[in-house]
Amino acid sequence: MSTEYLFKKYLMLSLLLASGIFCFAQDEPVTLSEQSSHCIQCHGNRYYKFHNKVTDTEVKKLMNPYYYIDSTKYVKAIHSFFSCEDCHSADYANYPHPSELKLEPKLSCIDCHGGDETFAKYQFDQMAEEVENSVHKKAFGEQFKCEMCHDLHSYKLGARKENSKITEIVKQDNEMCLSCHNNLSKYQILTDNQKPELLKTHDWLPNQELHFLNVRCIECHTPVTDTVMVSHNILPKEKAVHLCSDCHSTNSILRDKLYKYAAIQSRNEGGYYNSVILNEAYVIGANRNKYLNIISLLILAMAIGGISLHIVARIINKK
Amino acid sequence: MSKHELYLYPVWLRIWHGVNAICIILLIITGISMQYGNLDYPFLPFKTSVQIHNFAGVIAAIGYVVFLVYNHFSGNGKQYVPNYRGFGGRISKQGMYYLYGYFKGEPKPFPITKENKFNPLQRFSYLTTMYVFVPIIAITGVGLLYPELIFTKIFHIGGVQLTAVLHSVMGFFISLFLIVHLYVASIGKNPLRNYKSIINGYHASDEH
Repeated sequence: MSTEYLFKKYLMLSLLLASGIFCFAQDEPVTLSEQSSHCIQCHGNRYYKFHNKVTDTEVKKLMNPYYYIDSTKYVKAIHSFFSCEDCHSADYANYPHPSELKLEPKLSCIDCHGGDETFAKYQFDQMAEEVENSVHKKAFGEQFKCEMCHDLHSYKLGARKENSKITEIVKQDNEMCLSCHNNLSKYQILTDNQKPELLKTHDWLPNQELHFLNVRCIECHTPVTDTVMVSHNILPKEKAVHLCSDCHSTNSILRDKLYKYAAIQSRNEGGYYNSVILNEAYVIGANRNKYLNIISLLILAMAIGGISLHIVARIINKK
Repeated sequence: MSKHELYLYPVWLRIWHGVNAICIILLIITGISMQYGNLDYPFLPFKTSVQIHNFAGVIAAIGYVVFLVYNHFSGNGKQYVPNYRGFGGRISKQGMYYLYGYFKGEPKPFPITKENKFNPLQRFSYLTTMYVFVPIIAITGVGLLYPELIFTKIFHIGGVQLTAVLHSVMGFFISLFLIVHLYVASIGKNPLRNYKSIINGYHASDEH
């Protein structure tokens, strides 16, 4: 491991510690540093221009789409307070970039977030353990990294951010899965297997579109866990939830997944029957309204009581 | 056919009534199964309930359109239109008969005739059920079958949620109607006579 890599790692750690939890609270776009602005001139566009000294010409080329950084997303992302060179080598400042830079190891999420009390509530270490058991890690070994799902240049807090809208959480989280499962080129970075056709493999699911828009893939594709807020143990497809009533019932697993944060809050407030779900979504079988239940039971009891009395009166009258 | 028997229920009406009855019963059972699903006490698999509910719902909705069309052209629809003047009084009179007069052996306050086959209480409950509850449950049902048709938000509350709550509330009232309808049909000297009527079409006017 190069000294520069280690230096960067410790620089990152100190920066993180200095910024503390503040960085997780920020949501307003930041202004890019001078150094980052330099990088974004090329990487923030779909094409880039440079002067070819050999031919002495101005060249315009397409940017590799995987090296393109969406600057509007970046300035709002959770890590936007970093400059490019906080994570990447300062040698990238020159173009053409030195070729050996490509071979340098990149920082992983755990390099900064692992074993650090400041970020304990985000449970990075438990997540890392779960990833070890996930179908992705088992299939692809060490090649599988956090950033393959979590785009570090645009990542924002979803479920963990207070007052997040469920539809936004669902959209953000599902886009992570679809970034590979809906993109053959990215999918094939990790495997030569045939990419499953998601619509076909999910054709058993009634109201498919509605499900895809309102619940995350991980609702069915991870186990229910009490230890981690957002499970990272992606299960093999055979172990995914297929039973409708796992979600569509009083004890819906969604309470322990998508609605975990809100459900905890609701329970503390003496909520009744997944009332939290009722606020933002409707899940047949999981939504009950306390007052409607009481009123309907009362009316039903009155009707059956009245009929029973009438039957008794008829029997007595007949004698 | 006895001269006291009135031919009240034509074939189309009896077929519609039978199909509707089967669909409504299936809808109630599967509806309850979905709404009150519990993993520990599974009643019907959720997926099966959804499939039966969708199928029976579509048949019942088509049946309702058939009912409306037949009612319009056969004149049967007029049986549902009350004379609003004094309607409340006539409803209470019929109610009092079931509570009191019936036990005293008093004559029926509103004897059934071919022109007037529903007593005021029947007219009121059938009118409310068939022209208020059923259209609402059919429309909300179509909405839930095609959720993309529903407004996303109505005053900050999810459109699907409002539709679903309205659908279940209507479902509850129709279930209640069914219970009372089935019971009231048994009131008479012979508790089975009215059930037979809706099968063979003839109403024994001297008995009820």
